[in-house]
Amino acid sequence: MIGRSVRADTTPTPSSVSAKLSARRRHPFATALVLMVGLSVMGGLYSALTGAGTASAAATDGGPQQIAQGRELFLEGCASCHGLNAQGGSTAPTLIGVGAAAVDFQVGTGRMPLAAPSQQARRGPVSYTQEQISALAAYVASLAPGPAIPSAEELNYLNANLQEGGELFRTNCAQCHNFTGAGGALSSGQFAPSLKVATPKQIFEAMLTGPQAMPVFANSTVPVEEKQAIIRYITSIRSSPNPGGMSLGRLGPVSEGLFLWIVGLGAVTAIAVWIGAKSS
Amino acid sequence: MTTHETGPIVKAGGAAADYVDERVGVSKFLKKNLTKVFPDHWSFMLGEIALYSFIVLLLSGTFLALFFKPSMTEVTYHGSYVYLDGIRMSEAYASTLDISFDVRGGLLMRQVHHWAALLFMAAITVHLMRVFFTGAFRKPRELNWLIGNILLTMGILEGFAGYSLPDDLLSGTGLRIAQGIVQGIPVVGTYAAMMIFGGQFPGTDFIPRLYIVHVLLIPGAILGLITAHLMLVWYQKHTQFPGPGRTERNVVGYPLFPVYTAKAGGFFFIVFGVTVLLSAVASINPVWLFGPYTPTQITAGSQPDWYMGWLDGALRLMPNVEINAWGRTLSLNVFIPSVVIPGIIFTALALYPFLEQWATGDKREHHLLDRPRNMPTRTGIGTMSLAFYVLLWIGGDNDIIATHFDMSINQITWALRVMVFVVPPLVFVITKRFCLALQRRDRDKLLHGYETGTIMRMPSGEYIEVHAPVSDEERVKLLAGRVYRPLEIDREPDENGVRPKRKPLDAARARISAFYYAEQISKPTPDELTEAEHHALALSDSYAAQVESGVSPPSVDGGH
Amino acid sequence: MSVNSEAAAPGSGGDQHDALDTQDAHGVETSAHAQNPLAPGLPEHRLRRTDIDPRAAKRAERQVSLLFAIGALTPIIFFIGYVYIPNDKLILIPLIGTTSASNLFLGLTMGLGLFCIGAGAIHWAKKLMPDVEEVAERHQIRGTDAERDLAVAQFNAGVESSGFGQYKLIRRTLIGALAATPLFAVPLLKDLGPMPATLLRYTIWAKGVRIVTDVSLAPIKPEDIPFGGLVSCVPANLAAVEKATGTLNARAKVPVVLVRLRPEEIRSQQGKNWDYQGILCYSKICTHVGCPTALYDQKSHHLLCPCHQSTFDLADSGHVVFGPAARSMPQLAITVDAEGYLVAQGDFTQPVGPSFWERG
Repeated sequence: MIGRSVRADTTPTPSSVSAKLSARRRHPFATALVLMVGLSVMGGLYSALTGAGTASAAATDGGPQQIAQGRELFLEGCASCHGLNAQGGSTAPTLIGVGAAAVDFQVGTGRMPLAAPSQQARRGPVSYTQEQISALAAYVASLAPGPAIPSAEELNYLNANLQEGGELFRTNCAQCHNFTGAGGALSSGQFAPSLKVATPKQIFEAMLTGPQAMPVFANSTVPVEEKQAIIRYITSIRSSPNPGGMSLGRLGPVSEGLFLWIVGLGAVTAIAVWIGAKSS
Repeated sequence: MTTHETGPIVKAGGAAADYVDERVGVSKFLKKNLTKVFPDHWSFMLGEIALYSFIVLLLSGTFLALFFKPSMTEVTYHGSYVYLDGIRMSEAYASTLDISFDVRGGLLMRQVHHWAALLFMAAITVHLMRVFFTGAFRKPRELNWLIGNILLTMGILEGFAGYSLPDDLLSGTGLRIAQGIVQGIPVVGTYAAMMIFGGQFPGTDFIPRLYIVHVLLIPGAILGLITAHLMLVWYQKHTQFPGPGRTERNVVGYPLFPVYTAKAGGFFFIVFGVTVLLSAVASINPVWLFGPYTPTQITAGSQPDWYMGWLDGALRLMPNVEINAWGRTLSLNVFIPSVVIPGIIFTALALYPFLEQWATGDKREHHLLDRPRNMPTRTGIGTMSLAFYVLLWIGGDNDIIATHFDMSINQITWALRVMVFVVPPLVFVITKRFCLALQRRDRDKLLHGYETGTIMRMPSGEYIEVHAPVSDEERVKLLAGRVYRPLEIDREPDENGVRPKRKPLDAARARISAFYYAEQISKPTPDELTEAEHHALALSDSYAAQVESGVSPPSVDGGH
Repeated sequence: MSVNSEAAAPGSGGDQHDALDTQDAHGVETSAHAQNPLAPGLPEHRLRRTDIDPRAAKRAERQVSLLFAIGALTPIIFFIGYVYIPNDKLILIPLIGTTSASNLFLGLTMGLGLFCIGAGAIHWAKKLMPDVEEVAERHQIRGTDAERDLAVAQFNAGVESSGFGQYKLIRRTLIGALAATPLFAVPLLKDLGPMPATLLRYTIWAKGVRIVTDVSLAPIKPEDIPFGGLVSCVPANLAAVEKATGTLNARAKVPVVLVRLRPEEIRSQQGKNWDYQGILCYSKICTHVGCPTALYDQKSHHLLCPCHQSTFDLADSGHVVFGPAARSMPQLAITVDAEGYLVAQGDFTQPVGPSFWERG
């Protein structure tokens, strides 16, 4: 049995102390260290032998092996809320027909698995590797037809019309996400998140699948070219320079007013105090 | 005339002065006023911030007016800002983009103008609060108070007009709201809205009209009113805080020339400089990010500039009450928060000096300011109004608060709806109690001196804390202030046995007077003060005697 | 006056007035300023370092001069920056981010220069100018009794000599003329705008007008709209009307949203068969004060206005569920035309946008 030293059953005598001491002496951390080593070995053996490595080889083919892997992952991590057959439940909607794009978005942004069930899902640490996400997506896509993960060509926004993208953004997106995508409030504690870190793929998928409260902007009403224009605008404007100085959050007059009261009026009033103070 | 050498500049100056004096008689004015005394407290400079900001606004505004095109004609933009290249927009917006991107220093001037506007309104607000809490609006300054109130209202309108001129999405939304408010006014609303906008919204007349209001009509009125405001301050002389040497009949401070000129003139440059520095490092009103105004678009987080936030908050918090009867619609949900509430607040603000004078019956002139604690009811009313104002202000930001503090806008709205009724009276009570407590402490200080923190143990074993009398200067400050008593209705018959006629408002007046002054802490009378001094002397004599005759010396901690 | 006013001496009932007060109830000075033991004079003047130490004074002089010198030099630096820094040059500054080099440079130099001039003047006043507090008398604001009497007498003499009191007819007609003169303005301002008439009641939506997407103006087939979808639309004739009128007036009243609900999710509508296969068309102009109401929550089918948070339930006739709006969002009845594109069945049956008095 690993982790336990056998203690010699002798009472220590002065002469045997130095000889036996080393055999009995244990570092306080010894147990913990050995446990860790043991677990790592077990875990390593497990992952080496249970085919995770082989899964990555079959990650993108959409074939039965990937779907099976996806189903495995789904049963472990998702079925408790979404149902064994992804039919949904009291706390989670059905995933039948949501498409690979929805899974790629939700799991890829860390929204799923849902951290706090009563609140709106929010971007967070991603719990799965990309291969696992693709497997999950393939599984859900296999249940019923739904929006697919956008192809590289669909995501190529570099030649899209930047100005038209701005017009489309202001017409379809700014009312929830704010004029530069800084985010905004919706009813009942929900919110449209900031678009500062969303990747082009995630933006595309969000428009396509309408996550949580967000409406669905299908390719039939917002064609791929328009989506590309919007993506180009978002990715460009969010890192655009602020020629006037600090952006103050790009939230509009509220932060500007706060800044004025604290910094502007504060500075000028402080100087007024200096003027009125007796000189030493 | 001077003890310096008469160099060429002095000679030339003398000649110029001579020239002007022979034509304008300026020496008569100067002889009286060059040494005019101005008190030097920092809180007296808040109004100056507003004045200097106004000058900055005039200067920067003139620059902008040379480049801005106040026209709603649609053009296609082809300037430097790539994101809007080829987009249709009004000339007003296009010229604003040109100022921002294609005129050197244009963005700086735009930002200076806007930051100065925000500073102007903030300065007026804190200046108003200072005047209110120190009672500087009392006779003979009621007229100046009224002028100041008008300046406040005009400033709000002027600011709204100014930031609406660029015709961007955010301010255009604000104009839409303004039009909806006007349209909803009972009886005359639709006519007024059509008149103002030259037809339906948005029309093509409004920006040019707003421009003339913004660059000519209101600035002219503000300039005239500021002149009157300053002339009154000049003639009536500034008020001052009570203190040693300061009475109702004098004014203590520094002479206009050279000290006050240097300080006030220097402060102008400071305000100007700070505004420009702000404009160098902090972005304000980036209209290019909003896009041009079109009635089909809107952004999340649509708020007006800060000084209108309370009106927006009132609109958000108001429940949706609308009365439909006899083919007419009375939109109380819009009318009350945008017309009735501001109407009540501004009227109450304007009439306050007269109300307070009515409640005290005090017709004296006042040139010494009150310490806020000595007028607890007034101070309470002031903090209560501020609480109400701030709550409305927060209401206007409810969606920004919701996103940043992870709350629900619905819950915030409901909470504020309750708080605007519950919190102000609470603030009033707390403030009044606080003021009375401070008054008691002041009285205590006058009679017993202040605690020095030095503990002495007497040979008898008694511990005492050494109290020191307040300095003469502080005694003056603590004694200052009138303690009013509530007015009573005089019903005693005069020498002919005729009772005075009961005037209709007497009962109300007595009640309001009681509300103001029923609870006051009286100041120690001179006799009481003398007695307290004797008492203190006697006490210290007795302790000294103990120490002299005592066995062990007094020690601080009681042991050795 | 029948109400007691305070004219009592201090400490004897009535108001306890200011120890330093020498006025009577009406603000008239009653006595010369009496010596008051409770009112010491100005505090003793304390000398500043610059008053005592000539080296400190020299140092202060140098500091003030330096500040003024900076103020004198910054316009030159400003000029150089103005000429040599191109308007589109960007610069990355910690804490500020990427910003316009021109704005930053011009602003900093100008701001610093102005600030230093001000600081110099103030420093000069505080350190080098005399800081002895001076006392000036306040003179009575009102005129003396003699001045008042003279003014009244002169005024009365003037009135008398003008005959204003005597010639009643002149007086009355003068008042009439002065009162009537401002009335010139009333008709002159009449042409500021048209009479409302029925302008607010109608939009350019009409029977058979196609519903097209807002920016790209593409017509829409019912199968294009997914469940949970939101399409911002305008009428197909808007572009022509805008070109003809040169204003955005039509655009301000016509924006609509198309949403698709499952038929069982639609609890009520504003008219029978106003939807098309579960596709509903509602106005986008808030009934509160007119902002575009385009925040759509596809789960709750609520349409939220960002201005004042009015919330409309599109599954329930656009009924107001929260916020200050009092009326439901107007619904537009829709159907499809021969080619299968969505069209309006007619105009709105009620005025869109904010309420008004004559709305009914």
